[in-house]
Amino acid sequence: MSTAEPAIELKGISKAFGPVQANKDISIRVMPGTIHGIIGENGAGKSTLMSILYGFYKADKGEIFISGKKTEIPDSQAAISAGIGMVFQHFKLVENFTVLENIILGAEDGWLLKPSLAKARKSLIDLAAEYELNVDPDALIEEIGVGMQQRVEILKALYRQADILILDEPTGVLTPSEADQLFRILGRLREEGKTIILITHKLREIMETTDTVSVMRRGEMTATVKTADTSPEELAELMVGRKVLLRVDKKPPQVGEVVLNVENLRVVDEQGVERLKSISLNVRAGEILGIAGVAGNGQSELLEVLGGYADGTGTVTLNGETIDLTGKHSDGKSRRARGIAHVPEDRQREGLIMDYTAWENTAFGYHHDPAYQSGILINNAAIRKDTEEKMERFDVRPPNPRLTAKNFSGGNQQKIVLAREIERNPDLLLIGQPTRGVDIGAIEFIHKQIVALRDQGKAILLVSVELEEILSLADRVAVMFDGNIMGERAVGDTDEKELGLLMAGVET
Amino acid sequence: MDVMPKWAEVILVPLISLLLAAILSGLVILAIGEDPIAAVKLMVKGALGSTYGWGYTLYYATNFMFTGLAVSVAFHARLFNIGGEGQAMMGGLGVALACLFIPWPHWTLALLGAIVLAGAFGAIWAAIPAYLQAKRGSHIVITTIMFNFIAAAVLNYMLVNVLRPQGSMDPATARFPEVVHLPTLHDILGMVGISFSKAAPANVSLLVAMIACILVWLLIWRTKLGYEIRAYGHSESAAKYAGISPVKITMIAMIISGGLAGMMAINNVMGEAERLVLNATEGAGFIGIAVALMGRSHPLGVFVAAILFGFLYQGGAELALWTSIPRELIVVIQALVILFTGALDNMVRMPLERIFLALRKGNV
Amino acid sequence: MDFFTLIQVLDATVRLAIPLLLACLAGLFSERAGIFDIGLEGKMLAAAFFSAAIASMTGSVWIGLLAGIGASLFLSGIHGLASITFRGNQLISGVAINFLAAGMTVLIAQSWFSQGGRTPSLTGAARFNPINFPGALTTTNEVKAASPLMQVYSELLSGHSLLVYVALLLVPLSWWALYRTRFGLRLRAVGENPAAVDTAGVSVVGLRYAAVAICGILCGIAGAYLSTALQAGFVKDMSAGRGFIALAALIFAKWRPWHALYATFLFGLFQALELRPDVIESVIGIKIQSQFLGALPYIMTVVILAGFVGKAIPPRAGGEPYVKER
Repeated sequence: MSTAEPAIELKGISKAFGPVQANKDISIRVMPGTIHGIIGENGAGKSTLMSILYGFYKADKGEIFISGKKTEIPDSQAAISAGIGMVFQHFKLVENFTVLENIILGAEDGWLLKPSLAKARKSLIDLAAEYELNVDPDALIEEIGVGMQQRVEILKALYRQADILILDEPTGVLTPSEADQLFRILGRLREEGKTIILITHKLREIMETTDTVSVMRRGEMTATVKTADTSPEELAELMVGRKVLLRVDKKPPQVGEVVLNVENLRVVDEQGVERLKSISLNVRAGEILGIAGVAGNGQSELLEVLGGYADGTGTVTLNGETIDLTGKHSDGKSRRARGIAHVPEDRQREGLIMDYTAWENTAFGYHHDPAYQSGILINNAAIRKDTEEKMERFDVRPPNPRLTAKNFSGGNQQKIVLAREIERNPDLLLIGQPTRGVDIGAIEFIHKQIVALRDQGKAILLVSVELEEILSLADRVAVMFDGNIMGERAVGDTDEKELGLLMAGVET
Repeated sequence: MDVMPKWAEVILVPLISLLLAAILSGLVILAIGEDPIAAVKLMVKGALGSTYGWGYTLYYATNFMFTGLAVSVAFHARLFNIGGEGQAMMGGLGVALACLFIPWPHWTLALLGAIVLAGAFGAIWAAIPAYLQAKRGSHIVITTIMFNFIAAAVLNYMLVNVLRPQGSMDPATARFPEVVHLPTLHDILGMVGISFSKAAPANVSLLVAMIACILVWLLIWRTKLGYEIRAYGHSESAAKYAGISPVKITMIAMIISGGLAGMMAINNVMGEAERLVLNATEGAGFIGIAVALMGRSHPLGVFVAAILFGFLYQGGAELALWTSIPRELIVVIQALVILFTGALDNMVRMPLERIFLALRKGNV
Repeated sequence: MDFFTLIQVLDATVRLAIPLLLACLAGLFSERAGIFDIGLEGKMLAAAFFSAAIASMTGSVWIGLLAGIGASLFLSGIHGLASITFRGNQLISGVAINFLAAGMTVLIAQSWFSQGGRTPSLTGAARFNPINFPGALTTTNEVKAASPLMQVYSELLSGHSLLVYVALLLVPLSWWALYRTRFGLRLRAVGENPAAVDTAGVSVVGLRYAAVAICGILCGIAGAYLSTALQAGFVKDMSAGRGFIALAALIFAKWRPWHALYATFLFGLFQALELRPDVIESVIGIKIQSQFLGALPYIMTVVILAGFVGKAIPPRAGGEPYVKER
């Protein structure tokens, strides 16, 4: 392969979904044998771009060149033939198939399975030796961990003789040590002459692994630079379009009594997996306790059980009074009655009914409120009026209570949820991923609201996978790993490095 | 994002679907060598041209209002209750027991009692599949289908072995006593001086069905329970977050649904046949699916769709009487309505959305 | 009960189980690919009518069979269009297909034959006639007098129509196709996780249409069997809920071919016993209501679905239209 020709060249790619322009006139060149990073915020259009390259979507405009040759990629089959492999953020594996069956799916030799499986088993041994990608070929996907599943995805691409490998947010589900292992494998692949495109929103990964990096913002490519010639600060600025405020201005906390006390909290899910092993923590009035950790280490379950929609065992008290963790009095309704408000991690799946109007959503969870009733019927007018006022105070745009939730932007949707929960004047606010998929302007507003609630003397339990967000908002931070709390630190006494070790399950 | 304005969503889409169903039905009539225009004329005359025709049209419409509402309420909780037929059969059993074994002093009390028993029997028949779905995860569509067959077997057993009067060869109950006879539209309208066919079976149940439409509307859009049912139907995960119990909503929605389907029996069993026969429901439970789909699960839509299907039923019967077109034509029309307003909804919707998107871009 | 009666009941079981088996395998291919099909009943009914109608017109059961398969495939096409191309509700589409078949068969039967929704009776080459094995006895009296082994050979194994043997062969064939071929691997994958199939460069739409088409063909054979082998002609609503019993058997079999055979034969036995109340009474000493036997497949399905006797887990992507997402 000549080094003069780029392995991939995209020219003027544009793609719109209905009225939303996901990619605008994007051009990019990636040289063979390099790792190229694409960085940008959620919703910047990174995944769309790569899905176009993999034939998942069809671009409205633009051209694709592979090794200097103009290539049409109407479907995944064409991408595979062009030597492109992709590891999606959500793995595309058949859960009740074996590793081997997943690897040959779509790349079988001939009609019969037997020879295909035998051949794949042999190549798997070779690939494992070459790239340190060991997996058990006969294990069922549902029985192996996510790190292992990701290897299967990489092996799938290599088995199809991919020269170009695209990885979409590969570390989102990995612990830091698993991530390091992944990056070692990627390094090996680069040595063997493979071209790798790494999509991420994490600056650290870009700085540590890539040769070149492109930055995307709101569907546009704002810059492509050599990684060695740039800095995290510069990339961050390119990503968001202006200097980021890494710290929220806030006064020292005026800490009061313990509001929430959790002792030996344990949650076992429906499959019998222990999600929370034995959690103990407390949150006092006037402080924000941040829960840090890699996604999937029990943070969601913690919010769910405190929010009343997962069962648990242990002792939880609010203002000294016990809260039921199972049974009739353990649901969202009774939690709200006790003064616990909850901004859930996933506003589209939990916090809002996307097909309900803004006013219907404002009553959501509080629809038993006597102020919203007239007799046995619901007083729609009263709810609408209340919503109008809340929308104004939280600067929701457009301020129209009759608009359906799905017609608001991510930031405005989050403001609707936040307004609903905060304005209830709760003793305790549970808040998960408060700014996920929210534009910069709204992030600042949301952060200010959270701090203001703290300054009113309320207790706040904040769960976020963004360490930066935790460090800028929280007063204390607890790190979760594998269903346990690995350690608790005052924010002033710790740094990202120490927290990173705790997140990986390393005692410090 | 909403691509289409609301009026297009609520009126244009169903109207086009209906038009497609009508065109295809016309082609079917042509294909079997009859004249569709003449057929429509005959149907209109037979179903709407006399108070006799109207009496039948409204009688059928009453059945379909109950079953259409039943399917709609379940739809709002995103539950597909395909068991309206079985629930209506069980409702019939409830009505028969109420009318045969309780000495009612007056028809009004008998009607109330029959509504309660019919509703209860239908509700129980829906509650079992609902419980199995909510607690054991059995697919409610499959269980309600199975319960239709089981209901038919139960009814068959009860009529053949238990309720059949001695000496009768007919698998049916005895005739209900005179006192539980429900006033027909002839009786009711006669009181205000309007003359109405005496032979037509439409009866006071029509009013009950219309009241049911209003109550269901209030329930779904004006009560906390309706709010919770719709919320659960839109998003189960969000419902859980808000403290809405999936088990409770599944049970309640299905009990209401089954109750409504069961209540149909006051019309066909108590109001018309005045005894319980084997095939009393005549597929009305299934027509409820078409009615609910066409009416977009809104009580007003259900009301209109039920009358349309009542017209089709009576018109179809007239066709069968005067031409060589069999009654099964209405089954075909019903199938086409379900197909176009239900399963092929996107076929109508996708091109329309493209048109509206293009229009919007043109305006900007 | 004597041995001959047992053989007779089992013989009836085979006859009655075959349409269930064919429809059950039809559903198996469709549902394994992620397309729920409650329209088996309608497809069978349409095929039953067209097989009988065309066979009676042409005098050839083979042309009739093809017509039946064609009719069933046409309905499969509608189901595919609704549930694959237009991503509609598969259950609602199935309901529509059942009604379409129920109405159209009578409408066309009336228009073509004017015999109140029936076709003329089929005779000779317009039917699938019994195939008698070499040396098999054919009259009831002869069989009754023969040795038990000869009774099994003559009454139970021999004397069925060709379609019975075809259906039985389809069981191992389906198993082999599903678990030993590339097509089967992809088919099972598309019912579990269509995104995996799509990203592997295989067409989800193509696979699902193929599955729906196989379902159509098998339902077509099932329907043809009803009107040209089991009976001699079409009568209104002759599928009589068999499509739903097949669906029940499919759940009972947990979507596996060999188990489909066992389940349909069990349900076939119930149907055979329903016709012979005297047999049950003589065996267990009490009278069982025929209605109960008729409802037994449905009751058993509800019990198994509720997970009281093992859990029936359908293909994971079943019933959901495939929408590409990242």
